[in-house]
Amino acid sequence: MPDTFNDTPWVRRDSLVVAHRLRTYYTIKPGLFAKPRFVKAVDDISLSVDRGMTLAVVGESGSGKTTLGRTLIRLLEPISGEIYFDGTDITHMKEDELKKVGFRRRVGMVFQDPYSSLNPFHSIHFILEEPLMVQGVPREEREERVYRALEEVKLTPPEDFINKYPHMLSGGQRQRVSIARAIITNPDFIVADEPVSMLDASIRVEILTILKDIQQRHKMAFMYITHDISTAKYFSDYILIMYAGQFAEYGPFRDVVKNPLHPYAQSLIEAIPDPDPSNRLRERKVAPGEPPNLANPPPGCRFHPRCPFAMDICKRQEPPVIEARPGVYVKCWLYAK
Amino acid sequence: MIAMALLEVKNARLYYTTTKGIVKAVDSVSFELNEGETLAVVGESGSGKSTLAKLLVRVWERNVSLVDGEIYLEGKEVLHIPESEFRREVRWKKIAMVPQASMNALNPVIKIGDQMIEPLLLQGTGKEEALKMAMDALEAVGLPRDIVNRYPHQLSGGMKQRVIIAMSIMAHPRIVILDEPTSALDVITQANIMNLLKKLKWEFKLSYIFITHDLALASELADAVAIMYAGKIVEIGGAEDIYQNPSHPYTQGLISSVPTLRVDKSLSFIPGEVPSLINPPPGCRFHPRCPYYRDRDYLKGLCDAKEPPGVKVEGKSSRTHLVYCWLYG
Repeated sequence: MPDTFNDTPWVRRDSLVVAHRLRTYYTIKPGLFAKPRFVKAVDDISLSVDRGMTLAVVGESGSGKTTLGRTLIRLLEPISGEIYFDGTDITHMKEDELKKVGFRRRVGMVFQDPYSSLNPFHSIHFILEEPLMVQGVPREEREERVYRALEEVKLTPPEDFINKYPHMLSGGQRQRVSIARAIITNPDFIVADEPVSMLDASIRVEILTILKDIQQRHKMAFMYITHDISTAKYFSDYILIMYAGQFAEYGPFRDVVKNPLHPYAQSLIEAIPDPDPSNRLRERKVAPGEPPNLANPPPGCRFHPRCPFAMDICKRQEPPVIEARPGVYVKCWLYAK
Repeated sequence: MIAMALLEVKNARLYYTTTKGIVKAVDSVSFELNEGETLAVVGESGSGKSTLAKLLVRVWERNVSLVDGEIYLEGKEVLHIPESEFRREVRWKKIAMVPQASMNALNPVIKIGDQMIEPLLLQGTGKEEALKMAMDALEAVGLPRDIVNRYPHQLSGGMKQRVIIAMSIMAHPRIVILDEPTSALDVITQANIMNLLKKLKWEFKLSYIFITHDLALASELADAVAIMYAGKIVEIGGAEDIYQNPSHPYTQGLISSVPTLRVDKSLSFIPGEVPSLINPPPGCRFHPRCPYYRDRDYLKGLCDAKEPPGVKVEGKSSRTHLVYCWLYG
């Protein structure tokens, strides 16, 4: 039996990345003398990601998926819960401590927008070399690693790209530079936040293939944040579906996508069209309405105002997370015994 | 007698002048739209699909240097009639548009109702009647009538998009051009809007021109599909023919690059990048990326020199299936 937390049995303690009951809130002050309020962007999320495994975190805008990713690599500090990285508790570590324990070197991030995530005044060479300089890697080794990273993302021959600036590259090429920057320190854990959502269809697959190859070659732990389940399908092992900052459903990817249990997950999957000319003849059965404001979420289950199966208890009490099928966990009263 | 198409576009061209040169955004595009039909125009960024939409409603930027060709609406040429006549008789009344990202272009300090009726007032409709038309349209898109008294910030993204769709149908046009109507919306909201567009199509007997980069989404509405690449239509035909028997190498590549959730298939991609529209490749604009051109010697000197003609391919649907490719010429 793997060692898990008693209250979150889907989280394995021995994984590389472990988050237990994580909450990240933003503070908003509606007025000068008004009491500050919280936007509960991540509200009680638990997960673990192993080496060589990809977890897809799926949700709509405002579901907290990006905040979750940024909290896990400690660009944000949670207000409660714990984060363990390779057994070390990094939940509240200060920046210099994170550097000292090697955390910053061992994680990488790929951002959504390749047009704003690269400094336009820096050459590709400098963009890639900078993380290594910060770590004090000697010059010759830096040079070699920059070339190797460019080769890994198939920007070949590297000489053609190394002296260019971001504006000289296409969107797909820029995103490859972002990936090269994320992997240049040989990290163990990568968070990719919507890495292909701004790219054209014909380029998307190429970037996904590169990400998948790198993840498998280096046996990295990988977190793929997206609103688009169909791109996640091509390399995800597990899926966590979030709604309004909270856990909705977690389990093996194919299992969940084939037979989703949470009414929100069912709607989300039903909403995605596959290219099929018969689609025009049918109506999609999806939940009406839109996600709530996280500064003032509905009581009970946050999905209840849109849920076709809402019961009385859903309006009053937050549902527990239940193992509804072996390995599939759902936060929904429909599955309470 | 052959039934007349509702809209017929012949050799339409629109070029922009920029400091870097002339951008041939739409270059000799011809197609027909039939009564009650939805034509999806699918292409990647820079394919000219949004410019085509602007051309059809005659709303374009100041740096346009050439507009050419013919557009027949119900048999009457409308591209070269005076703007005053087009505004009075055609725009909104016959052919309306949902511009890309327009839900974010609603004026934040003007009530929804006042914004909606502005084009109607310009056409000479009385204020009371215009307001009634706006409220009827709001009801048709599933919003309460009293939303006319609200301001944009009081509405969610999905509701704002419904307001824009209501605006497009309130003067009862025959054709609505939808330019990426769900681009900033979440997937479930997108599905709800698609359901609404299907309903409106039947209720008001609309014909749509649905502009999108997303082949999967296009299949939600399309009776026919036109694939655009670098300012030109490369293939056009009934939806069944395009999805199940794609004939142009670009269409084939595009379809095999679309991830599918329910069916397992391996994905492939088209190497290379979309060409610049200032200096497009000679001959077929797709030839530098085309796998057939690369592998077959007899195509050398043909694809890279001469523009391919439209060739009819056998198809299942009643619509003519045309492909612009030397493989079939």
